[in-house]
Amino acid sequence: MRKKVIALVVLALVAGGASAADRIKVGFVSTLSGPQGAPGIDARDGFLLAVKLAGGKLGDLPAEVLVTDDQFNPEAGKQAVDRYVKRDRVDFVTGIIYSNVLLAAAPSAFEAKVPYVSSNAGPSQIAGSGCNAYFVSAAWQNDGYHEASGQYATSKGFKSVYLLAPNYPAGKDALAGFKRFYTGKVADEVYPRLGQLDFAAELAQVRAAKPEAVYAFMPGGMGINFVKQYVAAGLSKDVQLILPGFSADEDTIKAVGEPMLGLFNPAHWAPDFDNAESKRFVAAFEKEYGRIPSIYAAQGYDAALMIDGAIRAVKGRVEDRDAAMRALKGGKPRSVRGDYKINNNGFPIQSYYLRVIGKDGQGRLINKTIGTVFANHADAYAKECKLK
Amino acid sequence: MSGILILEQTLNGLQFGLMLFLLAAGLTLVFGIMDMINLAHGSLYMVGAYLMATFVQATGSFVLALALAVAGTAVIGMLLEVSLFRRLYQRDHLTQVLATFAVILIANELVRLVFGSQPVLLNTPAALSGPVDLLPGLAYSSYRLLIIAVGLAVALLLYLLVAKTRTGMLVRAGASNREMATAMGVNIRTLFTFVFGVGAGLCAIAGAMLGPILAVQVGMGESILILAFVVIVIGGIGSIRGALVGALLVGIVDTIGRAFLPALFREFLPPAYASNLGPAVASILIYVLMAAVLFWKPQGLFPARG
Repeated sequence: MRKKVIALVVLALVAGGASAADRIKVGFVSTLSGPQGAPGIDARDGFLLAVKLAGGKLGDLPAEVLVTDDQFNPEAGKQAVDRYVKRDRVDFVTGIIYSNVLLAAAPSAFEAKVPYVSSNAGPSQIAGSGCNAYFVSAAWQNDGYHEASGQYATSKGFKSVYLLAPNYPAGKDALAGFKRFYTGKVADEVYPRLGQLDFAAELAQVRAAKPEAVYAFMPGGMGINFVKQYVAAGLSKDVQLILPGFSADEDTIKAVGEPMLGLFNPAHWAPDFDNAESKRFVAAFEKEYGRIPSIYAAQGYDAALMIDGAIRAVKGRVEDRDAAMRALKGGKPRSVRGDYKINNNGFPIQSYYLRVIGKDGQGRLINKTIGTVFANHADAYAKECKLK
Repeated sequence: MSGILILEQTLNGLQFGLMLFLLAAGLTLVFGIMDMINLAHGSLYMVGAYLMATFVQATGSFVLALALAVAGTAVIGMLLEVSLFRRLYQRDHLTQVLATFAVILIANELVRLVFGSQPVLLNTPAALSGPVDLLPGLAYSSYRLLIIAVGLAVALLLYLLVAKTRTGMLVRAGASNREMATAMGVNIRTLFTFVFGVGAGLCAIAGAMLGPILAVQVGMGESILILAFVVIVIGGIGSIRGALVGALLVGIVDTIGRAFLPALFREFLPPAYASNLGPAVASILIYVLMAAVLFWKPQGLFPARG
């Protein structure tokens, strides 16, 4: 038996080379356990759903998706990607949720010249002068949601906005992104500790400052804590809370419930999108997993669609990594968000929409689209990227 | 910076402190009396919050759900004690840390299997969802007032239990000298199971009361456990009074620091330094406090053992 396997492997290695692959291998690394695990699980479920709906195939070739948990640990993420590109010889790597994991792990794929298709994280470090030819994103550059929120605050004519974000690099980037498009006055900028539980002190300061609106970037469980306490403090009646889409997504809504009704948040997709791909995705996701898909689930699904389209474009010859990359970046990927393009740095040029939390036909809380904040928006870093 | 704001922030500090006390009281009992490091204390807190969320949705009554969650968690805690922790008392601390850390991992994945990985719904009861006017210009969250009331009530009850009852006397005897207490005929096994149940019940009160203003999710216990350890180290291990004083100190120092330090720094320093230094110093303030207490009183403020 073992001899047979070795013979097959040798045969495969010899036969490899130039001919088209007869199967596709994808390495999916994500945070799937622990308190930070919910978005990664959603992204994985979305990705696997896309493969399942295509009959277990990507680009008409049988697909094998290897899944590894990075445990929210950059080192574990790097090891997983190393193993995928060296031992498993995958054709694509995808799945990482958190920027710190991505910055540690993606270079392993870059060095091996294996395309990395981001289903979430898009830190500025790889968007500007540090961009890489083997990186492409089916999600967004990290600043996108914050820029859209800033633009929304400007268009609403808010004269003073109070800003809060955790005291770590992505928190500072978030508020910088907001301020890039917000032209009014910043009432104050506050950076609580990352992972802080109780916001009573900050909320009292907000009340005393009397701003017209509050913009808070609070990732993961911090967002739930913040929204619950914001409402309990009675601030939502006097001061409008603006959140980026990922802090007002299905997972947060599920945990907070009714108090989130009427909350405005910009994002690149909402489950009520009126296009065939989105409707198919939402219906299939609900049927498969029994919950409304979050943006993370949509991004996982879109990453699979992007890979699917690229494999078709190169007619299965994914061994030619540069051709595969050209196809990933040059094509018009199918997507639940509608049409979008890829910029020279690998990040999407896409629209951002204003969403408000309302109720669907069955009385469930859901994000509804009510307008466009940015049409075909490109990130601010692309011009520093030397790639064509 | 008005007097109203300072008053409000002091209330916030009191509330945060009492919330830590609920957690630290159970931890200090178990740590002090059984000489057992229980890292899984945070898992019982998580179980309490999840049970609360489940019972609120099943019964629709906040008070009934609270009672059920506390009883349920206490039973789970006692089962854990009888089945596992009892075997760890004689082992060294490292073994206890390893074993209870394993319990954390198992509990997290079990909760994920039962409830899913996404945070579950738990909100303040409708009657307490808004603020009340305490003074003209001072509107304060009514739910946070309830937390203050529950925290004070539990502190009082615990004080009465430990200081005025026979069980409390045994508990104190066990904390200050376990061998002597055994020699005097105290049934340590039953006492330990009881104490562990009380500790788990306190965890459940903390989890159930905090669930409505915090995310009820897998791993919620670990983030708050560190603060609980800081509290009992400051207060003196094994001492309920120490836990109360330590928790109030941590709560008030942390809240006041976060509220006023950044503004204070801006008065004296250039804005670029102040905006970096303010949040950084505010977030390490309680650890500075702990280091200072340990420097002058290595046993904590109210050491239980003489």
